[in-house]
Amino acid sequence: MALSKLSSPSSLSTNILKPLTNSFLLHRPISTDTTPLTIETSVPFTSHQCEAPSRSVETTPKELLSFFRQMATMRRMEIAADSLYKAKLVRGFCHLYDGQEAVAIGMEAGITKKDSIITAYRDHCTFLGRGGTLLEVFSELMGRKDGCSHGKGGSMHFYKKDSGFYGGHGIVGAQIPLGCGLAFAQKYSKDETVTFALYGDGAANQGQLFEALNIAALWDLPAILVCENNHYGMGTAEWRAAKSPSYYKRGDYVPGLKVDGMDALAVKQACKFAKEHALKNGPMILEMDTYRYHGHSMSDPGSTYRTRDEISGVRQERDPIERIRKLILAHDLATEKELKDIEKEVRKEVDDAIAKAKESPMPEPSELFTNVYVKGYGVEVFGADRKEVRGVLP
Amino acid sequence: MWGIIRQKVAAGGGSPVARIRPVVSNLRNYSSAVKQMMVREALNSALDEEMSADPKVFLMGEEVGEYQGAYKISKGLLEKYGPERVLDTPITEAGFTGIGVGAAYYGLKPVVEFMTFNFSMQAIDHIINSAAKSNYMSSGQISVPIVFRGPNGAAAGVGAQHSHCYAAWYASVPGLKVLSPYSSEDARGLLKAAIRDPDPVVFLENELLYGESFPVSAEVLDSSFCLPIGKAKIEREGKDVTITAFSKIVGLSLKAAEILAKEGISAEVINLRSIRPLDRSTINASVRKTNRLVTVEEGFPQHGVGAEICASVIEESFGYLDAPVERIAGADVPMPYAANLERMAVPQVEDIVRAAKRACYRSVPMAAAA
Repeated sequence: MALSKLSSPSSLSTNILKPLTNSFLLHRPISTDTTPLTIETSVPFTSHQCEAPSRSVETTPKELLSFFRQMATMRRMEIAADSLYKAKLVRGFCHLYDGQEAVAIGMEAGITKKDSIITAYRDHCTFLGRGGTLLEVFSELMGRKDGCSHGKGGSMHFYKKDSGFYGGHGIVGAQIPLGCGLAFAQKYSKDETVTFALYGDGAANQGQLFEALNIAALWDLPAILVCENNHYGMGTAEWRAAKSPSYYKRGDYVPGLKVDGMDALAVKQACKFAKEHALKNGPMILEMDTYRYHGHSMSDPGSTYRTRDEISGVRQERDPIERIRKLILAHDLATEKELKDIEKEVRKEVDDAIAKAKESPMPEPSELFTNVYVKGYGVEVFGADRKEVRGVLP
Repeated sequence: MWGIIRQKVAAGGGSPVARIRPVVSNLRNYSSAVKQMMVREALNSALDEEMSADPKVFLMGEEVGEYQGAYKISKGLLEKYGPERVLDTPITEAGFTGIGVGAAYYGLKPVVEFMTFNFSMQAIDHIINSAAKSNYMSSGQISVPIVFRGPNGAAAGVGAQHSHCYAAWYASVPGLKVLSPYSSEDARGLLKAAIRDPDPVVFLENELLYGESFPVSAEVLDSSFCLPIGKAKIEREGKDVTITAFSKIVGLSLKAAEILAKEGISAEVINLRSIRPLDRSTINASVRKTNRLVTVEEGFPQHGVGAEICASVIEESFGYLDAPVERIAGADVPMPYAANLERMAVPQVEDIVRAAKRACYRSVPMAAAA
């Protein structure tokens, strides 16, 4: 592929993009502009047992704008979820993803909806990336009928099987063998698709990861294990939990790549590369160097085990949305005002979705007994008082 | 060294405070003022005292050290005993549980914390096959003085994978002891007993009880305080119906007993404290007195703790029963998240009242199918 190194930002503007300074009359077609653009990733990839892909990533103005909009939506959604939790409209656990948006967005850009993704409990943005709606997210968080799991799952159990999203898992590490199982089925069915199994640095030490990885390598499964390394497993820093925190190397005989997880384009490149690799050569590990601004969950302040300076430092230097904003402005793809307008629109979309979700009713009491089985054989099922509340499983 | 102190329960009166005679002769004069103590504090103080008394006792689990405990149960222990005795583990239950059991084989006395017992399923092979059965298989050579502790059962809105009650599972295994405290007195006395016990003990706490306060007497606060394993406590004496419960459900049962009292039904509430060994004699003695039984638990009904209690009563005291046995349990479905469904999935005070009334033939029998 042609590599064009950036000499100066404006040199890449084509005729279509030549700024029409009196543009109040015309709407610049940035959102549909598919003129190819080549951008260098912030840092090079580091590889283990393989050759790293190129630092030059092909993209388009349309894609960059969509990155901006989607990540802004994710960011706003997570911040709104924080408020809803504090207002006690969301109960139980709530694990927020703000800071890590580039991983979800970059991954979607590098794969298709026929590929599968499975992750742990920090799943709100991954669900959105797979095509879920804000209404489904907020309704599920508040335990309402219109939630993606009809209110029965909660924050940690979002799913969207029709676009290859298999959840949403509460037990640390369990999603990894499950992901390898999805890959097994994909290979078995000759679908030419792959599975991305996401996990954190805390889960990276789980034994079941290595068991599943061994089998995936033995059987050449198209499984890509993606470590979203935000450097803290709940309150434990990576160096206190892992003898070797070089997670991309932990596969030993399985190739790995270390990626700047705050750079959506780098993530996109890595996922494309990994998909090609997995279809031909079996499993691969991607380590995304990322960061979460919130604590582990809403009951963790996130500041007892890391300094506020560290958090604000990352926000200033590496924020994924700011990076895309700077890129868009540097290449003259949109004005600052246009980007701010997008953020205003996003804010309104989120607020509207929350309002609508608040009106969604709670599930019917009869839902207590639905979906226990696919096929219940008419078995009796009991409520807390077995002589008062009982049903039949269809 | 310290020995288990025998508990003498008052013959009548049903006072919530157990009267203990310390083995060690003690000239201290306890004030009669009763202090309030949170369950969390009770557990923390029990761990602190046992670690202080025996250098072989150590604590390990996720976030128990620097984070001060996910639920602050181990607060201050790292500072006091150092990183050799309070160990933060990676998120790898199978690994660190096996390591704990191995340390117990060698003679140390580990306390292994599971952030919730849902995660103990990753380690259950070690709890059962490596810990519970070893003393038997080795004909007494390899004893396993280990405690597995942590929150068990439902919290609030935590969904299907984080709300499971494991009492029935662990209590079915010979070689294990299974304890479940309700009050702060239970928490202190049973945890101390568990740590001193030479066998593997599964200690099932409850997250929603951690912040609850209970009155504790000076005897309970004494560092030699200990409760016997295998003895239930009659929390409230009564004569019309026996209600058995453990952990958080004891609180609900006491509330139900209040409501029943207003309707002229005198309920006897038994706090099991020990699921294995189950105090069959106390339960049967109670049913022989009241002639009616309602078992209440949070876990799933089939093959549950209540099922075992009902079987025991039917086997031992059939002639004394004046009504069919009643079971209240968690609904027979994975725990739903939505608040209204969750309320239906967990025993409520009304359920206990209703079942007690049925046992007393005070209500319309058997509602139609839902």
